[in-house]
Amino acid sequence: MFGYYLDLALRSLTRSKVLTALMVLAIGLGIGASMTMITVLHVMSGDPLPGRSNQLYYPQLDPLPLKYQQSAYGPDPRLNFTWPDAMALLAAHRAERQAAMAGGALLVRPAQTGLRPFYVDGRYATTDFFAMFGVTFLRGQGWSGADDDGRARVVVLSEKLSRKLFGTNDSVGRTVRFGDADLRVIGVSADWQPQPMFYADASAKVFDDADQFFLPLSTALDLKFDTNSNQSSWSSFEGDMKSPVLTWLQVWVQLKDAGQVAAYRQFLIDYSAQQKALGRFERPPTQARLYGLMSWLDRQNLVPADVRLQLWLALGFLLVCMINIVALLLAKFLRRSGEVSVRRALGARRRDIFLQFGIESAVIGLAGGVLGLVIAQLGLWSVRHRPDDYAHLAQMDVSMLIGTFVLAVLASVLAGLLPAWRACRVAPALQLKTL
Amino acid sequence: MQLRPILSSLSHHKLTASLLMLQVALTCAIVCNVVFMITNRLEQVTLPSGVDEAGLSMLNSESIDKNENRLARHAADLAGLRAIPGVTAAVAVDTLPLGRDESSYGTCASAEDLAKAIAARSMMREGLCVQPAVYGGTQGEVGALGLHLIAGRDFRADEYVAGSGVSVVILSRALAEKLYPGKAALGQSIYAGGDKPIRVIGIVDTLLRPHLRASEVNQYAMLFPMLPNDGEVTYLLRSAPQDRERVLRIAAEKLEQLSPERIIPASSIRTYTQMRDAYFQRDTTMIGLLLASGLGLLFVTALGITGLANFWVQQRRRSIGIRRAIGATRGDILRYFQAENFLIVTAGIVLGLLLAVMLNLVLMKHYELPRLPLYYLPIGALVLWLLCQLAVLGPALRAAAVPPVVATRSV
Repeated sequence: MFGYYLDLALRSLTRSKVLTALMVLAIGLGIGASMTMITVLHVMSGDPLPGRSNQLYYPQLDPLPLKYQQSAYGPDPRLNFTWPDAMALLAAHRAERQAAMAGGALLVRPAQTGLRPFYVDGRYATTDFFAMFGVTFLRGQGWSGADDDGRARVVVLSEKLSRKLFGTNDSVGRTVRFGDADLRVIGVSADWQPQPMFYADASAKVFDDADQFFLPLSTALDLKFDTNSNQSSWSSFEGDMKSPVLTWLQVWVQLKDAGQVAAYRQFLIDYSAQQKALGRFERPPTQARLYGLMSWLDRQNLVPADVRLQLWLALGFLLVCMINIVALLLAKFLRRSGEVSVRRALGARRRDIFLQFGIESAVIGLAGGVLGLVIAQLGLWSVRHRPDDYAHLAQMDVSMLIGTFVLAVLASVLAGLLPAWRACRVAPALQLKTL
Repeated sequence: MQLRPILSSLSHHKLTASLLMLQVALTCAIVCNVVFMITNRLEQVTLPSGVDEAGLSMLNSESIDKNENRLARHAADLAGLRAIPGVTAAVAVDTLPLGRDESSYGTCASAEDLAKAIAARSMMREGLCVQPAVYGGTQGEVGALGLHLIAGRDFRADEYVAGSGVSVVILSRALAEKLYPGKAALGQSIYAGGDKPIRVIGIVDTLLRPHLRASEVNQYAMLFPMLPNDGEVTYLLRSAPQDRERVLRIAAEKLEQLSPERIIPASSIRTYTQMRDAYFQRDTTMIGLLLASGLGLLFVTALGITGLANFWVQQRRRSIGIRRAIGATRGDILRYFQAENFLIVTAGIVLGLLLAVMLNLVLMKHYELPRLPLYYLPIGALVLWLLCQLAVLGPALRAAAVPPVVATRSV
């Protein structure tokens, strides 16, 4: 029966070629536009560290004075940590692992001739950074807690930077000149670029940047390396990065289970209460928060407003296309009332008629899906040519590919439901009389 | 024209007609807002910067020698750049209108306002003070940018200082009017980022900030006679527009020769036009997308109307024939279909205008869009009426061409 209905559908569709083409075009445009934007949103809100993200948490304290006025344009100072708070959380060791970090761009002066000095992005961090985020080492390893305390002049290079500087990934033991300091390479990490770069603060291009070096936070402070994280202060700090009124550090912790999460949340509140008792914090201790990685990213609003607007536009377009197709199919199916009545009079059940027209609309959907896929690829190609930092991510993966077809067929079968239902309710006797 | 028969005929196609109406309504709502968004973005993209943009080009230089005397370096670089044939002006600046990097100071019109603002622990509260962007640069910046001085004078050579501590300022007109409403700003003293008065010696007409904000503060900007003293500096060159590429190429080579202890990022070597285009790139993309989807919607809706009218004409061939046989003229048939379309579309437009206003309210809440001006609604309605009448014309003419003899045939 299925083959027969398919044959009927194709005959019916080829009878009015222009109309069929227009319906396919409409659904193709709607699906193509929607899938382009859904794909962009999908890649932008992906999990940066699958398998690990559910154990990573971002604490947040509120050291601001009661009277502080948040500017509409500046970043929220509470998104980052002051040096004393970050160090207190690290020293408390209440989590499985914990690390403080900040971003920096440093001038590298290659020793060999022929390579001009250049700036490179990297991270100042504490020892747990590598184990907590699961950075893999090709050679050597990270630094120890003792290195943190001793402000060791050491650095971990990414494979890319190691190859650029030394032509090999085995540069352990060699020396690189960062700014005015010589640092000894103790490890080379595999190139690592979580998408988005969740652990950086809002000042980073989180979809584009990748860290090329890692060095101890204490060393960076000792050498007075600049940070490119947002620095917010609510009182004069006179250039002292260890000031209690300047936030610039990010702190991440790894917690095993719900019990640890609850305990850590309580710890943050206790710490805030203690600081309040000391007169440093002014706001209620319950302002302290603990966010899971994915909910932290949600709060950061990484998807630009324009992209969200484009998605709504595409979905609105799809909706209008759908209504259009419902109306056209309805008119088309009802025009064939005579044919339906004859089939019904000859013994076809309602569900046969329903199936026949359902298949006809699914065929349109499938054709629209193919066209939509082509249009979505064109759309993604154009997104990739935008100069935004997320542009290079706009690729369709297998799940999105399947999603396109599912959406197309679903949309057109949905669009065909109402017309097919109306068509199978046609009263045969009434129609046959007029024939 | 009798509407009764049309209405009773439509009542047999309630579902189809209401679907069509819904489509027209949605199209009307979306297209009104899309057109409004396009006009908004166009306004943004075509904002005048106040700068004479055509002949400007620029490049950045980042010093990597910490012990260098920067003022001397900049002076030597500028002398070299001015010697390039075709360069009519060269200055070193810290940032440019639409250059994105912005430094701003809390600025008050008088010492009393400053004291009040400090007491309130907020520069912005109660509108006492504003946060204008500050431009610093070497002598000749006003001329090199091509700014239009409407009152007062340019800075004198002896007024330039390195770093902070300036004693005179040139305001943009918008800032002058904000700080000193109803009186002459020239000769007054502002307080910016400190308690030392800074005398206003000039006012320029239009001057955009490096980074745009709300439209009313976009022109809050001022010029300080402040020599750039950072490791990173922008060299601004004025030449004939056709010389820009050549001048930039030579300038990069020349700076490299004058001192190799610097980095000139390739992305910073560009004309002002390129910088402006890059600044508004997202808006231009958005305009393109909005335009495409607006036209797409109108196209799909027109398509739906033509398609549906076609079906109805085919379906009613017999009754058209009968009407023609009993005396209806071609014009009657044509007008019948036009009136039918008009009825459906009008219902759709009424609903659509309501939806348009609601959609605008949602957009205002989530996307900082201003309120939709009411005159968009009648214009939108008129456009849709015309489009839909055009869409139905083909099928209606075909219906009018149905010969009366059809009535006598059995099928």
